[in-house]
Amino acid sequence: MTHVRYIDKTREYYKSQGYEKPYGWANFDEVPFTPLKKPLAESRLALVSTSEVAVRTWDDQRTPLERGEGGNVYEIPSDTPASDIYSQSKSFDRFATTLEDVNAFFPVTRLKEFEAEGRFGSLAPTMLGVYNAYSQRKTREVDAPEVLSRLQSEAVDVALLTPV
Amino acid sequence: MSLVARHLEANGIPTVIIGNARDIVEHCGVPRLVFNDFPLGSPCGQPNQPEMQRSIVGTALDLLESATGPRTTMQTSFTWWQGDDWKAKIFSQEQPWKDEESQKEWLAKKELYRQLKKEGKI
Repeated sequence: MTHVRYIDKTREYYKSQGYEKPYGWANFDEVPFTPLKKPLAESRLALVSTSEVAVRTWDDQRTPLERGEGGNVYEIPSDTPASDIYSQSKSFDRFATTLEDVNAFFPVTRLKEFEAEGRFGSLAPTMLGVYNAYSQRKTREVDAPEVLSRLQSEAVDVALLTPV
Repeated sequence: MSLVARHLEANGIPTVIIGNARDIVEHCGVPRLVFNDFPLGSPCGQPNQPEMQRSIVGTALDLLESATGPRTTMQTSFTWWQGDDWKAKIFSQEQPWKDEESQKEWLAKKELYRQLKKEGKI
């Protein structure tokens, strides 16, 4: 069976829910590309995710928006035990799967295994989360540059990105 | 997610996305995508199946090395353990995407965003 056409499905679904204007999914003709600068075995890799991961030991479990703040990019130290990380997302197929295993969407344990085996050089000390900005412009102009500068500050060579 | 990948890539950091919504990511256009034909929520494999997750994450690492140009998608060979029935049901009246409570929460957050934006706080 062929893959799900989410763009068509959501368009029909939200129309049926009474939303007149269809969501404009981001679309570009040009796509940037950067080849690896050094072998993966010598590269520092960062995990970046929009899966709304949070850490159980945080004092404040609210998102920046819920706190009335604008910042959408946040950090989780890579040595955080995977068992302390979970997702707050409600945007997943709750009829078909669960978010009970963090490695199914935020594969920190799998990456540590590959790091230990030398498949890539090292996992960056910090993992990044990016909350939904409710604005593509804000994601492009504020959040994405913020992710870039945080990765650069840890001399990251390559990034693995996961949604939920 | 795709927008972040594009920005990193344009500024010298190679990226790979592991995702389930192939059409959305490819519509945007990204450098490298590992597509796993699973329900949203399990991009990196079935929960509690570390060997499968390992294979999928490994495919992403391979793709970082092997891609020679943008819009390179690699599809894994895994199929969802309960078959493909989930595909027909998503975003249907029978299975609303969000339950009432999450839908309310979502609308409240959207409203909060509008309000904070109006006040110039974000």
